[in-house]
Amino acid sequence: MLKRYLNLKRGNARQIFFTYMAVIAAYVILQLMITAGVLSSLMRSMLVPICAYMVMAISLNLVVGVLGELSLGHAGFMSIGAFSGVSAAIILQGVLPYAPLRLAAAIIIGALFAAVAGFLIGIPVLRLKGDYLAIVTLAFGEIIKNIFNNFYMGIDSEGISMSMLTDKTRLLEGGRLIIAGPMGIGGIQKLSTFTAGFILTMVALVIVFNLVNSRSGRAFMAIRDDRIAAESVGMNITRYKMMAFVTSAALAGAAGCLFAMNYSTIVANKFDFNTSILVLVFVVLGGQGNMLGSIIAAAALTILPEKLRQFADYRMLLYAVVLIAVMLCKNNESVGEFVRRFAPRFLRSGRKEGKENG
Amino acid sequence: MRKFTALMTAVLLVAATAGCSFAAGAFKIGGTGPLTGGAAIYGNAAKNGAQIAVDEINAMGGIKFELRYEDDAHDAEKAVNAYNALKDWGMQLSLGSVTSKPCEATSAENFADRIFAITPSASAVAVTAGKDNVFQMCFVDPNQGSASAQYMVTKKLANKVAVIWKNDDVYSKGIHDTFIEKAKKVGLKVVSDTTFMDGQDTDFSVQLMDAQKKGADLVFLPMYYQHASLILAQAAGMGFAPKWFGVDGMDGILTMEGFDKSLAEGVMLLTPFNADSKDKRTANFVAKYKKAFGEIPNQFAADGYDCIYAYKQALEGAKAKPDMDRKALCTAMIAQFTTMKFSGVTGNNMTWGKDGAVTKDPKGMVIKNGAYVGLD
Amino acid sequence: MTFLNFVISGLSLGSVYAIIALGYTMVYGIAKMLNFAHGDVIMVGAYICFYSVSRFHLPPIVGVILAMIVCTMLGIIVERLAYKPLRRAPSLAVLITAIGVSYFLQNSALLLWTSNPKMFPSVVTKGSLKLFSGQLSVSYVTIVTIVTCIVIMICLTWFTGRTRMGKAMRACSEDKGAAQLMGINVNATISLTFAIGSGLAAIAGVLLCSSYPTLMPTTGSMPGIKAFTAAVFGGIGSIPGALLGGLMLGVIEIFAKAYISTQLSDAVVFAVLIIVLLVKPAGLLGIEMQEKV
Repeated sequence: MLKRYLNLKRGNARQIFFTYMAVIAAYVILQLMITAGVLSSLMRSMLVPICAYMVMAISLNLVVGVLGELSLGHAGFMSIGAFSGVSAAIILQGVLPYAPLRLAAAIIIGALFAAVAGFLIGIPVLRLKGDYLAIVTLAFGEIIKNIFNNFYMGIDSEGISMSMLTDKTRLLEGGRLIIAGPMGIGGIQKLSTFTAGFILTMVALVIVFNLVNSRSGRAFMAIRDDRIAAESVGMNITRYKMMAFVTSAALAGAAGCLFAMNYSTIVANKFDFNTSILVLVFVVLGGQGNMLGSIIAAAALTILPEKLRQFADYRMLLYAVVLIAVMLCKNNESVGEFVRRFAPRFLRSGRKEGKENG
Repeated sequence: MRKFTALMTAVLLVAATAGCSFAAGAFKIGGTGPLTGGAAIYGNAAKNGAQIAVDEINAMGGIKFELRYEDDAHDAEKAVNAYNALKDWGMQLSLGSVTSKPCEATSAENFADRIFAITPSASAVAVTAGKDNVFQMCFVDPNQGSASAQYMVTKKLANKVAVIWKNDDVYSKGIHDTFIEKAKKVGLKVVSDTTFMDGQDTDFSVQLMDAQKKGADLVFLPMYYQHASLILAQAAGMGFAPKWFGVDGMDGILTMEGFDKSLAEGVMLLTPFNADSKDKRTANFVAKYKKAFGEIPNQFAADGYDCIYAYKQALEGAKAKPDMDRKALCTAMIAQFTTMKFSGVTGNNMTWGKDGAVTKDPKGMVIKNGAYVGLD
Repeated sequence: MTFLNFVISGLSLGSVYAIIALGYTMVYGIAKMLNFAHGDVIMVGAYICFYSVSRFHLPPIVGVILAMIVCTMLGIIVERLAYKPLRRAPSLAVLITAIGVSYFLQNSALLLWTSNPKMFPSVVTKGSLKLFSGQLSVSYVTIVTIVTCIVIMICLTWFTGRTRMGKAMRACSEDKGAAQLMGINVNATISLTFAIGSGLAAIAGVLLCSSYPTLMPTTGSMPGIKAFTAAVFGGIGSIPGALLGGLMLGVIEIFAKAYISTQLSDAVVFAVLIIVLLVKPAGLLGIEMQEKV
């Protein structure tokens, strides 16, 4: 039963199994380290954002790696998830006093809002191709940021009121302005925990692996590899594309909510083009279609700039150099062949697959 | 027995030297700020200002400081990481963060960990709200907005006022909101209220034309100087010459390399710090800063400098030792800061309330012949 | 009159986008690569010009030429070290490398020239041309920028259409393999494209900062993204399209600010872009490629 649920019989079962095991093992080891008190506060504080970035990378990989469409506005969905999820958590404060339950509710609501946005945005976006699709996703990301920067929402005894451009909520005594335009949300109760992050990562993996190894997943890949051939055998391209796009948006929304609930404050400008690009870097670095690669890349590239702090002023410069060097090692054949000889098997399979398909 | 004595002597010796090094040890002060990225000017200025104060104090003998600044790239997430890196380093006293939003995130951590913080320049109310151990060296934003409106009315500077502000900036937004509120109360007529944001901060013709068309005779610019410099240049290009009124973020405009100072002629601003001041302490600070970093310090640097001296005064007042733990230090610092009076380069006889906000007088300044002159 | 004034502001902003977009579209058209580091090459060009004019008191024209030389060299070096080894890699890998280069240039600039903003001295005579007894004014910088754009556009069109090297470039953009079979040195051709693109970036940087004079290490990034949008708007790869797209984007942005809301102008600009792309999926002047089965 468990095996079937986790999809171990089908597809590249070994790689999937290994991915699950790696995530679980990492969780157990880190938990042990926390209990033993050997993990620095810096590392501890990064666990939740790393989980959020992992989920972001997995979800973007579904669009970029599996569906083969370039999205430059993924942070927009993260933003929607963050703002709707955190607002929900604040509104539900009285109804759901049990924190983990409230977090779960917030994440689900964040995911739902992001999914709806993904559907609405998907209608125009998925009619386009290639770089034009990429620029339109970028445009939507910027529009979402711009709107949240001018959006006000408050709650008082008479219910929820919203306004655009200026704060016209006119809250009653005891009311609370939840979203304050460019100031975002402040005074967030930090509900996110490493365990919640781990669970969300596992859920994201289960969803994506099951989707990829289903009939729909094979359809995604058929569309990616040869759209015209897929169309000619009667596949409903738009439907499959939409399915992947909405799933990806929902997961990004969930990640956004998890991320936001880890800080006491969140602003719309956090989820800008640079964040979208950052997540894209995780995906490309980890290998398109390779979920474990995305996870490792997300963790490594989030920790890297922190570990480079000792170089003070040269930190971000070194980060750039490492990024370029890794891309060269990975993609230049003479350098790549040398590295690949020493790489473990599980890292190879994803890349090979990408090559055959590409 | 001899062995035991030897061992004991050794242990005592080690303990003694350890004790010694503790006594001669330094207070570890940590701060985060944008040292890279678009906001890097502010972070680097605060860091450099604080460093000069630390070097001065360490040279004096007595209290010793060790200062470490970490980069937060003006981002709440990275600020929390930077804060935790500092915590791992053993930070005992904190300088919070340089910019408002990151500081709101780190001050929540400061509060949870009971590490005392005074931020040089994070001016939003949310930074200190509900946290008894977070203080500010700079004015709170609302304070500046209402003070500016009040000033314009008392001095009868204008009949019609235009405001241009930065929509996605907490600092600018905070001042703007209270300015508008106060203007309504004191009967100041705001005829044009326009804004801009990141990515649209090159062209201001629409905003300026709006102000010009509606006959504004004074334009209020609650923003930092790199944007203000563009606005001044474009207004000059359009032949629009109202009175200009800025806030403390405007300070620094005169020291911009290549800036045509005639553009800023007649600009008024409320700022607590003035690099051209004849005050001895300020002159010393400006000279040292210029020597070390090749630039004239702006108000962020001055705030950073003052933070360190405020710490010195408070620590001396509390007779604190570097081997005290963070919690004890935190309690002692709260007691000191809420009761002491401090004079620095950004003001005399500053006091702090229980809410962490500072009380000091803003100085009205006007730029004449390329230099600040007191307005009053 | 106000309307015309807005049009002129739009054109002056648009001309800056256009000149950056020309470089973007040139590199994309030939190398099929989104060079996200283009905006940062612009910033480097502006700094070189700033230092030669402000610090070493060279005449502006020498500053511009120096900036062009340095940027061209920079373009060649970056291409040789970072992009050339990835010639056969998937385009996304090159995109990420370009982003890495962009970070690299920004942070090098931060270390070299500090974060303090500099006021760029205009290389064009200050002041403006007054029309209709002073009711309408067009600054000389805008005129120079638009003229430069048109000159560059004509030169590039002539170069890619008529010269041997230009034809080689178009052949490479059409089909690298076939071009190689015809005896074209594909690698050298793409390197040349980068050299030209970076030289153009230097001019764009100088003109950008002459119009909007605050210069910081991040100066190039936002105009870079806007110009990229402009290039797509006009049909990426199309040289006249970049000019048209840039000017239109500038005018739309100013109109959105003037007539809708200064707060929501970004959203309006991008919404217009989306609508245009839905009606014309390859941009205004782009040619829609028919897919072959």
